[in-house]
Amino acid sequence: MAGLADWTAHGILITDGAWGTRLQELGLEPGEIPDSWNLAWPERVEQVAREYVEAGSEVILTNTFRANRITLAAAGLDAQVRQINAAGVAISRRAASGRARVAASIGPAGKMLMTGEVTAEELHAAFLEQAEALAEAGADALLVETMSDLEEARIALLAARSTGLPVIVSFAFDTGRNRDRTMMGVTPEQAAAEMQAAGADAVGANCGAGIERFPALCARMRHACSLPIWIKANAGLPEWRDGRAVYTAAPEAFASHLPALAEAGAAFVGGCCGTSPAFIRALAAAREAL
Amino acid sequence: MADLSKLFDAVLNGDQKTAVAVTQEALAEGCDPMELITKYMVPAMDEVGRRFECEEYFVPELLLSARAMKGSLELLRPLLASSGAQPAGRVVIGTVKGDLHDIGKNLVASMLEGGGFEVIDLGADVPPERFIEAVREKNARIVALSALLTVTMPSMRKTIDALKDAGVRDQVKVMVGGAPVTPQFAEEIGADAYGENATAAVALARKFAQAG
Repeated sequence: MAGLADWTAHGILITDGAWGTRLQELGLEPGEIPDSWNLAWPERVEQVAREYVEAGSEVILTNTFRANRITLAAAGLDAQVRQINAAGVAISRRAASGRARVAASIGPAGKMLMTGEVTAEELHAAFLEQAEALAEAGADALLVETMSDLEEARIALLAARSTGLPVIVSFAFDTGRNRDRTMMGVTPEQAAAEMQAAGADAVGANCGAGIERFPALCARMRHACSLPIWIKANAGLPEWRDGRAVYTAAPEAFASHLPALAEAGAAFVGGCCGTSPAFIRALAAAREAL
Repeated sequence: MADLSKLFDAVLNGDQKTAVAVTQEALAEGCDPMELITKYMVPAMDEVGRRFECEEYFVPELLLSARAMKGSLELLRPLLASSGAQPAGRVVIGTVKGDLHDIGKNLVASMLEGGGFEVIDLGADVPPERFIEAVREKNARIVALSALLTVTMPSMRKTIDALKDAGVRDQVKVMVGGAPVTPQFAEEIGADAYGENATAAVALARKFAQAG
């Protein structure tokens, strides 16, 4: 498959929403690594994926955000890198059953390059191992997401590209007064231009801030590169009720930003923290009305 | 004569090599270590903090400046200890139980060290008992708690409750931070303060140290 051109030929594609909150409702304990459930409770993970396909997701992710050797090692799961990734793809494939494409998730390693906590070689090896496991298991594309460091994103992108699959690279803009920088100070323009130069098939923004911030981020990325733009926004910050995080944003209010995102040139739209299948249904309905 | 304005510049620009070289030169000439810290390095870190607030600096610049400051402090600490000078304060820091994320916590720890604090870093996924032990052992006056996940934020409350139950809550000020943490949550769980970022954490620690 050459790039993502045939994916986005017919307009905006709806992706999925948050998995972690749903897995908690199904019994995932605080502090438990969600990715471990690909082996322990595959049917529950598949249920979450299937809920998104049924809600109208045309691209679903995999429960493999933390499944790189470095992050899994912190939880004592580094002997299962391949199995967790392979199971993650298999679960999403089953849930998609031909109705949705599977973009396999690769998150940051959680260690900083510039402080020497991890080396570029270690990062590359970890991302390559994960990317190969995801590709062998049959992912349609690889998604490097929630990045804040350009260098780490570039290393992950190069590792992912070597599989031959299309690669999307998405950053978390959560810093600064306007929430338009990553923690490491990267701007949307830098992220888009640098990732295109390094061979990405799409670039984007996920997590970081509520959806009202995303049309501007999207437009800025669009102007800085010629790639399709991937957008997955948070539902907003949680409120605290009786010691639990409660997301108060309504699905319809969330989806009301879709026209602005379309205007800004988004090719993929979905939700991140705080979103659910109801948000995806609202997005799909809003797209019908475009 | 050592040009001490170069020490200020080196910390501000995150140039560890120069910071260390100027410090060595100044010490060889008999400069007072405390004066190097209070007149040059702390003001430089204050300027780093100001630039961070103005969004001229971001996390990479903070880390480089903190590293430059640390390099210089490593030369000065033994001299300060032998002269009986105390650190700005002692802070016990950690990411709470259930949460393995440590980037934010490490950044706050670096900035606190750069601010002249003695930092006892307990790492990530730290159970409440370890915070209590460390407070008792090190006679710390400040506890800094970090969490990145909404699901591990309740561990912050448990840690504060455990400090109370152990009878050490009153001897410490507790500050909390991390992406999902809000001032409202900090108040609800009985923390003394919320820090939005690493420079805010240093300002809070200074306030607590002066008040205590």
